[in-house]
Amino acid sequence: MATVAPPPAAQRRLDRLERIWKEPSGLVGWLTTLDHKRIGILYFFTSLAFFAAGGIEALIIRTQLIGPNGGLVSPEAYDQIMTMHGVTMVFLAVIPMQIGAFGNYLLPLMIGARDMAFPRLNALSYWIFLASGLFIYSSMVGGTAPNAGWFNYVPLASRQYAPGPNIDFYTLGLIFTGIATSATAINFIVTIFKLRAPGMSLNRMPLFAFAILAVSFALVFALPPLTVALTFLELDRALGLHFFDVALGGDTLLWQHLFWVFGHPEVYIIILPAFGIATAIIPTFCERKMVAFPLVALAEILVAFIGFGVWAHHMLAVGLATVTTIYFTAASMIIVIPSSIQLFAWTTTIVTGKPRFQTPLLWIIGFIVLFMIGGLTGIMLAAIPFDQQVHDTYFIVGHFHYVIFGAAVFPVIGGIYFWFPKVTGRMYDERLGKLSFWVTFAGMNLTFFPMHILGLIGMPRRQYTYPAGLGWEFSNLLETLGAYLLAVGLLMVVANLIRSYRRGAPAGDDPFGGDTLEWSVSSPPPSYNFPSIPKVSSPYPMWDREDRDSDAKRLEEGEAVLEGGHETPASTVLDADWDEILDMPSQSWTPFLISVTLLGMFTMLLLQHYVVALGFAVLTGLVLAAWHWKEPQVA
Amino acid sequence: MPLWRAAWLSFTLVGTLALSGCGQQSTLDPHSEPARQIETLWWVMLVGSVIAFGGACYLLVIAWRRPERTGLPVVGDSPRAIEATVAVFGIAIPVVALIALFVYSNVSVIQATEPPAPEETAMTIEVTGSQWWWQVRYPGTPAITANEIHIPVNTRVNIVTEAEDVIHSFWIPQLNRKVDSLPGKPNRVEIFADEPGRYLGSCAEFCGVQHAQMDVAVYADTPERFRAWLDNQARPRPTPPTPLARKGEQVFLSKQCASCHTIRGTSARGEVGPDLTHLKSRETLGALTIPNRKGYLAGWVIDPQTMKEGTKMPALDITGPELQALVEYLERLR
Repeated sequence: MATVAPPPAAQRRLDRLERIWKEPSGLVGWLTTLDHKRIGILYFFTSLAFFAAGGIEALIIRTQLIGPNGGLVSPEAYDQIMTMHGVTMVFLAVIPMQIGAFGNYLLPLMIGARDMAFPRLNALSYWIFLASGLFIYSSMVGGTAPNAGWFNYVPLASRQYAPGPNIDFYTLGLIFTGIATSATAINFIVTIFKLRAPGMSLNRMPLFAFAILAVSFALVFALPPLTVALTFLELDRALGLHFFDVALGGDTLLWQHLFWVFGHPEVYIIILPAFGIATAIIPTFCERKMVAFPLVALAEILVAFIGFGVWAHHMLAVGLATVTTIYFTAASMIIVIPSSIQLFAWTTTIVTGKPRFQTPLLWIIGFIVLFMIGGLTGIMLAAIPFDQQVHDTYFIVGHFHYVIFGAAVFPVIGGIYFWFPKVTGRMYDERLGKLSFWVTFAGMNLTFFPMHILGLIGMPRRQYTYPAGLGWEFSNLLETLGAYLLAVGLLMVVANLIRSYRRGAPAGDDPFGGDTLEWSVSSPPPSYNFPSIPKVSSPYPMWDREDRDSDAKRLEEGEAVLEGGHETPASTVLDADWDEILDMPSQSWTPFLISVTLLGMFTMLLLQHYVVALGFAVLTGLVLAAWHWKEPQVA
Repeated sequence: MPLWRAAWLSFTLVGTLALSGCGQQSTLDPHSEPARQIETLWWVMLVGSVIAFGGACYLLVIAWRRPERTGLPVVGDSPRAIEATVAVFGIAIPVVALIALFVYSNVSVIQATEPPAPEETAMTIEVTGSQWWWQVRYPGTPAITANEIHIPVNTRVNIVTEAEDVIHSFWIPQLNRKVDSLPGKPNRVEIFADEPGRYLGSCAEFCGVQHAQMDVAVYADTPERFRAWLDNQARPRPTPPTPLARKGEQVFLSKQCASCHTIRGTSARGEVGPDLTHLKSRETLGALTIPNRKGYLAGWVIDPQTMKEGTKMPALDITGPELQALVEYLERLR
């Protein structure tokens, strides 16, 4: 796509913006960056690496179970690998990929902002996420990885039954990573409420932003119960308190309640950004506005909200009072409604639009199909007697992989293809992209569909081995072969991206006819995102040609360019009227340093050197003081 | 429509695959009223799901085949009609279907699977989960056994389950739903078997390194056979009939065996491991890990860690002749 050179007045302004916003290149640049796009890329590669680790763990699990009485790994190693697979995928791969990578890179671009509301906090989130991930994974070096499953039930996880440091890596590591996630969530809430381009009132906000907003609120409320539970457990383990000790008046079910008060909203936290990605891709490739836009926006918020009232459906076998189980399953059925609204909004948009079945849309259609299966089995699990029959069997494993792999990872991969041209400036390979979809789709179904049958015919989950003769061999064999096929499909995605990054055709600014603001800027976007703060008058700003033309004119006239410094505008919460101009900080070492001192603190807590840990805490305080010493500079 | 054919094909595939896999631990081969009702519930939900899934896929197939089409089938392309379709299929129909499912499963079927009032059942059995085996007690009798539960056929049995250490879950899929075995908080579930036979189950809550080999079996016997079995279990151990067996008992009592195991009728009163008073009346060892035959038994005594890595039973430091006598003794505990 040929770009016309801007008039000289506009070019001078662009040069000035470039000078103001440019960050140093090289390692120092990456360590001190506050640019949401670069932080997004750091998140992307880090969570991709963790995803690969979790994937290798999954392949080990499947290889162990390829036939009865498998002996690839020892029972203890299996438990650690199984636990790390869950912890990795939930905490270190999928959520950071969606919120950290996609949210960070795209959200400010979609809402017409130049950065996140708190750029240093944003960088801090990333560095803490990295440090906590390394902290958790360091447990594998000594063969002492967490081994009580990702939901880590007590008393199995108590000091008495898990004397090693395994569980301490889990508790401290997740408290650590929770700091990063909370900070990110708050950052997104403020960014979405205050940094939208003037004119982008809440009802004109892209649905992706609605999804991120809903997720951020869910995280803010879901993480405290988890942190409380983890702190209780670590106090029990390290200092001999008795929160979960039945013999001394503690309660083992307390852990389950606290964990699932976090853990179920977490499920929606995992799929909501994926819903957002789907609602970003579908209108573009169907050349049609979303059907029932307000209903979908409302549904996204409702899912996050109702998600807090369903946690005990994970506990239907623990012997709760029947009236309790009935309440929680009723809530679980109610939450089906917002999901089915979205489902039918997506499908009718596709049917009534003019779909171009390019790679990103294929992944989204795959997502719709898989999410329906995962959703329908989810409804089945709200039928109490049925849940009590298949609870903790492979039926559950099949169900939640359809939800997490089908409904979260598929849209993420679709999104990677979709925004790859924007981030790199090059097109992905369409043929390989489609092929990778079909291989992954087949592998996914071959891996996870037989699990439902396996659960129905009685195989419990989390078994490192199983006996022959119960009819479990065939399904297990299929699943393992499916897992290898799945791995091939995912490797094809990676191969496509690497090849296209090197040799892909130049993509231009807007290769797909996208509807949101990120397509209005160059690919890759400039460090300042927008030459002039864009004008917005509908939820599909890229389809409002006049507004985009007026943006170009405003750049020439120097209106809304904010070339006086490192600045972005703030707007009012509901109507997004122009409110004030914010000075934004530029690159800083403090976020990175804090993650280092915090890593030291958590390591010392793990080793039970509490005085040294206190030293690191003081050090963290000092860096924080340095952080606030100098206010954002004006260039 | 190839779609319907595909849907039907996958439906029958599920059915045949599932039925072909009917083992002794399958929820799809129920042997009690509650388990049967749950199975019916499953098939009803499956049919409903296939219809819903097929309908939504039908829309996607239309989009795939005729991408230029701008309206919905029947409804047409007016925006109001399209939004109304979303409301009908996304809200109204699901609400009706969910209410129906709720009433059917959570009001009706649930009554069959509820724990029974103790006075309604003929007998109570106490099942205690430990890492990694099940202790089975018959209240009102001295009978204590492990991992193999005998019940009379066609009799409602009240299972009271608890855990000794961490959380376990008691589950005999063919006889009823599962219920967790918690430390300090007994839970109840009814089991019932409509014909004599062996019904398998597993611990269904991850409970540590040997969670995979913490199985349990229910033997449904005729009332007479059950009565005879229980009477035998209630008796102290049979007196060792041979000199070698008598020597074996001495080995048992003098080595560390007795500190963990009980053999009623001797001074062995340990309560850590299973009661061995009638060990030979059981078909398996190590919570269904290995068959209870002489060779396996000897192997288990000298090196349990090889057979079930991580089991709490330590290897026994014992000479060849002592082992021979001990096995002879244990083999006589009928």
